[in-house]
Amino acid sequence: MGGHLPVLPIVLPLLAAPACVLLRRRPVVLTFGIGVAWATFALTVQLLLQVLATGEPVTYALGGWAAPYGIEYRIDVLSAFVALFVAGLGAVVLTYAPRSLAREVPADRQYLFVTAYLLCMTGLLGISVTGDLFNVFVFLEISALASYQLIAMGPSRRALTASFRYLVLGTIGATFILIGIGLLYEMTGTLNMVDVAHRIAEAKGTRTIRVASAFLAVGFGIKMALFPLHAWLPDAYAQAPSVVTAFLAATATKVSVYVMLRFVYTVLGPATSFQGSKLDWVLLPLALVAMFVASGVAIFQTNVRRMLAWSSLAQIGYMVLGISLANVTGVTAGIVHLFNHALTKGGLFLAMGCIAYRWGSVELRDLAGIGKRMPVTMFAWVIGGLGLIGVPATAGFVSKWYLVGAALERGMWPVAALILLSSLLAVVYVWRVVEVAYFQPAPEERGSVREAPLSLLVPTCILLGTTLFFGLNAVWSAGVAEKAARVLMGGVP
Amino acid sequence: MSDFLGLYNFWIVIFLMMAGFYIVISRENLIKKMIGLNIFQTSVFLLFITMGKVRGGTAPIFRPEDLETMERGGSLADLSQPYTNPIPSVLILTAIVVGVATMSLALALIVRIREEYGTIEGDQILEMEHAE
Repeated sequence: MGGHLPVLPIVLPLLAAPACVLLRRRPVVLTFGIGVAWATFALTVQLLLQVLATGEPVTYALGGWAAPYGIEYRIDVLSAFVALFVAGLGAVVLTYAPRSLAREVPADRQYLFVTAYLLCMTGLLGISVTGDLFNVFVFLEISALASYQLIAMGPSRRALTASFRYLVLGTIGATFILIGIGLLYEMTGTLNMVDVAHRIAEAKGTRTIRVASAFLAVGFGIKMALFPLHAWLPDAYAQAPSVVTAFLAATATKVSVYVMLRFVYTVLGPATSFQGSKLDWVLLPLALVAMFVASGVAIFQTNVRRMLAWSSLAQIGYMVLGISLANVTGVTAGIVHLFNHALTKGGLFLAMGCIAYRWGSVELRDLAGIGKRMPVTMFAWVIGGLGLIGVPATAGFVSKWYLVGAALERGMWPVAALILLSSLLAVVYVWRVVEVAYFQPAPEERGSVREAPLSLLVPTCILLGTTLFFGLNAVWSAGVAEKAARVLMGGVP
Repeated sequence: MSDFLGLYNFWIVIFLMMAGFYIVISRENLIKKMIGLNIFQTSVFLLFITMGKVRGGTAPIFRPEDLETMERGGSLADLSQPYTNPIPSVLILTAIVVGVATMSLALALIVRIREEYGTIEGDQILEMEHAE
């Protein structure tokens, strides 16, 4: 089993997904799915430990076909780290799912939910471990197709149109990525990432490579919902079932950011993407605009889930900003923010699920007095909200610390000032919720609402508790992120 | 001029790509949107196939005599005739499958949308959503 470890986290959920359709009975499928998700998580932990122990990337030739002809899985510190938190969040969120689904998805369709969920996880994990360009596209589409299904399961009919819009935009994005990969293949004659990285120097500065970078940047921009290519995201997150929103917000856009990181630094290499194609001067302004516009729009939302969705768009801006600063601290900030924000936003959306379950509404005006009726849920929510702002002792602070440091290192103090200023906008939208929840009396008819059941509360508190843990003790998260950033910036391995 | 005509495959790719993309953006009817999306994807298939074409190359199935040449340790240059690069075609087979899956999921969604809204015109659906 030792030799096949790199491929197991993909194979396990991939095989379990059709098994769910065969098992079909609701309690069996849910237990089975949760078991598979945790087993996958255990495998990714094993994988990260192995990579950290040797310090060398773990490679695996699929079907025994040696690279560069066969598909190679290549797992370095960054891949293993991303796979770890995708599987971990996937497992926590699925554990939360049975109770929450009972209110939102008809019982006879829940086995299909678990199937699509596991397929989505397969796709996301596959993207993070593969070392083959075309394989990235295939896994991207596996996860995307599964997530269209998951979003369409939302309780209102608007979920259908939200899912359709995402499908159209997502397919355009994936096709752009495919064009980019095709052009790279045309210039280098190989699909293996490391091989492309070795050969790309010869083609550096040609128009084809520039066009390829442009197609890839737009494609990934759509997939990760970078402003102004974000149109699909707020609707999709607001209409999907609570569990799906938590899972997608925590993992899907993060994995897209990871792929972008991989293409910019490993495949194209900093020399090609920054000096050759000037990607940093495209990404940096977009990231700054995203931080301000999305936070600004979030302030005026009346639906709290939609508000959090807009806040996600602003946070994507921080990650892209880190990538575009192109120094080790900046890339570390980007990677550590991937992780920290995945925990924070995942936890916040789980808390929204608790509120939807007991309170029945996530409109801001309906939340009056919820702080007294559901104290634990709201307390957890506030911790998450502080994390979004980046208050010290939360995980969000660690990422902003690195980000500001990176901007100063490049001598871009206006950027550092803008990072701090945009955090103030987060204070405003988080405060709006706190004010309604704690300082307004609950209406009479909500008098009997109790705290959310433990099966929902425990996963929520675990996720938001870990943001405090990684805020106070950043050695693990930021340490691994820095190692990953050094490997990336080292260029061709 | 000969460059312009010699690259005609690429001109077809660009024409199909833009036509498809324009249909996606400009049409409100969801089915027409999907047709546009399909044309858009198909243009990329053509782009890949064009890349794999070797001038004068035949289908990449080894003839017996070429197989012998290779077994005796010959190089690709010793073959009786060049073969087309099979990899882009194989990639596109996968991409076609992905396209079919996307199309069928989209059609299923459109059926559900029609059941719920009673129409498949995007602008009418938008009006109904704003009215809610």
